[in-house]
Amino acid sequence: MTQDQGAETDQKSRPRNGSKRVTDERPWWDTFPWWSAIIAAILLWMAWQIATSEDYELAWDRISPGLRLTVTATLQAFAIALVVGLAAGMGQLSRNVVARNISRTYVEFIRGIPILPLIFTVALIVVPETTEMLNSRLNAWFGWEFKLSFQMRATVTLALIYGAYMAEIFRGGIQSIPPGQSEAGRSLGLTRRQTMNSVILPQAMRAIIPPLGNDFIAILKDTSLLSVLGVLEITQRGRQFSASTFKFREGYFVVSFIYLILTLSLSLLLGLLEKRMTRDRQGER
Amino acid sequence: MITLSGLTKTFDRTIHAVKDVDLHIDEGEVVVIVGPSGSGKSTILRCINLLEIPTAGTVLVDGFELTDTSTDIDHVRAEVGMVFQQFNLFPHLTVMENITLAQRKVRGRSRAEAEEMAMRQLTRVGIPEKADSYPRQLSGGQQQRVAIARSLAMEPRVMLFDEPTSALDPEMVKEVLDVMLELAAEGMTMVVVSHEMGFARAAADRLVFIDEGEIIEAGPPEEIFTNPAHERTRAFFDKILY
Repeated sequence: MTQDQGAETDQKSRPRNGSKRVTDERPWWDTFPWWSAIIAAILLWMAWQIATSEDYELAWDRISPGLRLTVTATLQAFAIALVVGLAAGMGQLSRNVVARNISRTYVEFIRGIPILPLIFTVALIVVPETTEMLNSRLNAWFGWEFKLSFQMRATVTLALIYGAYMAEIFRGGIQSIPPGQSEAGRSLGLTRRQTMNSVILPQAMRAIIPPLGNDFIAILKDTSLLSVLGVLEITQRGRQFSASTFKFREGYFVVSFIYLILTLSLSLLLGLLEKRMTRDRQGER
Repeated sequence: MITLSGLTKTFDRTIHAVKDVDLHIDEGEVVVIVGPSGSGKSTILRCINLLEIPTAGTVLVDGFELTDTSTDIDHVRAEVGMVFQQFNLFPHLTVMENITLAQRKVRGRSRAEAEEMAMRQLTRVGIPEKADSYPRQLSGGQQQRVAIARSLAMEPRVMLFDEPTSALDPEMVKEVLDVMLELAAEGMTMVVVSHEMGFARAAADRLVFIDEGEIIEAGPPEEIFTNPAHERTRAFFDKILY
């Protein structure tokens, strides 16, 4: 108000420099990604600790061999979850009443139970009982037995859980494609399946990849739950190291460091992928 | 070519979009369907290739009864081209791929055959140079012309147009209508839902006026424009004709 009055009394007076609202430009320190610098600094500091301190180095030597297992479990769980998720996601959209209801039941059931009790249930009850049932037959007929390691049991549980999450991602991705696309496909004479495979799914992939990437990272972190079954991935190795040496700080410090390196580089990759995809989409109707 | 009898479409059991419509369209005939928005004209059109499943009645196309469950819908749809208001090109495919996809998958043509046909149709609609573009790189008018070429490449016996120019900027309407006029002149059987009265006047053999899901009247366009038999038709044209 005071400025307006000032402008009235002196037509030629211009707004003071500080009050201009004519530019989007912000100073560099306002837009600089300080968070990434902070994280980089933390990681560097952690790496330096591990490289220079004997205790940390010992923790590193004991824990890092679990890396292979963590990565393997992540990849296996993700691969199985992808297949299960796609099937359940498309099942929910199926015209077949049985497929639709089985998929829906699976998704709702799994999503309603926390991961930890589910891992125990599957690994300690479901798998032993079903394999026992199977094996009594297999043994009688083929003299052969079926065994699932604790690692695989936990991995399969993780896959089933994330399969349910991914089912929702796939379903959402498919449903995000405007109905006009499938109408166009169908009215050209393409069958339902051809339309799905050539028209809908390729487009849905764009919407699906970013959330799938997030789930990949989430699976990686959740492989730490395999430790409750004694699987020697990095968290379990960290626990063992800490418990046997009483070097809790060093143990969990190294475990966190490894997870951070893995998850941060993955999300960096994902960010690049997303950027590339949005660039492709520019100007698209 | 197309016979609708007793065609009825009810949505959610309560919304009567189309009520007991009888309509016969001869081979080579160009029929323009007009009517207020929500009158059911698009629904009728979409029933002709069963994008909308009728609640009652029969739809006969080229001798096939589409409403009979033993009819192979996909087979008949390949003979009925459809052009949409929103073009509905496949955004992840180039213009060429848009036009060759169904030719190869449905007609079983080789890539070379399909591409040759695509180029022929693109030339016909006037944009052969856009074959390698993506839909997003084209103007609305160009996209709609590609959509027409995509349908024509299947060598359909009937073409359906669902408000093909309604989503276009004004300066692009003519380029699409020109293609449609040419198609009509070549003797294509066409059913067009449109408010383009200029097109109706120039190309339509018959104008069908629809209101509240019923055919109010039908006849040569000039006759209906100048001397409508019904009050509702008159009221409608009073509002849209200058």
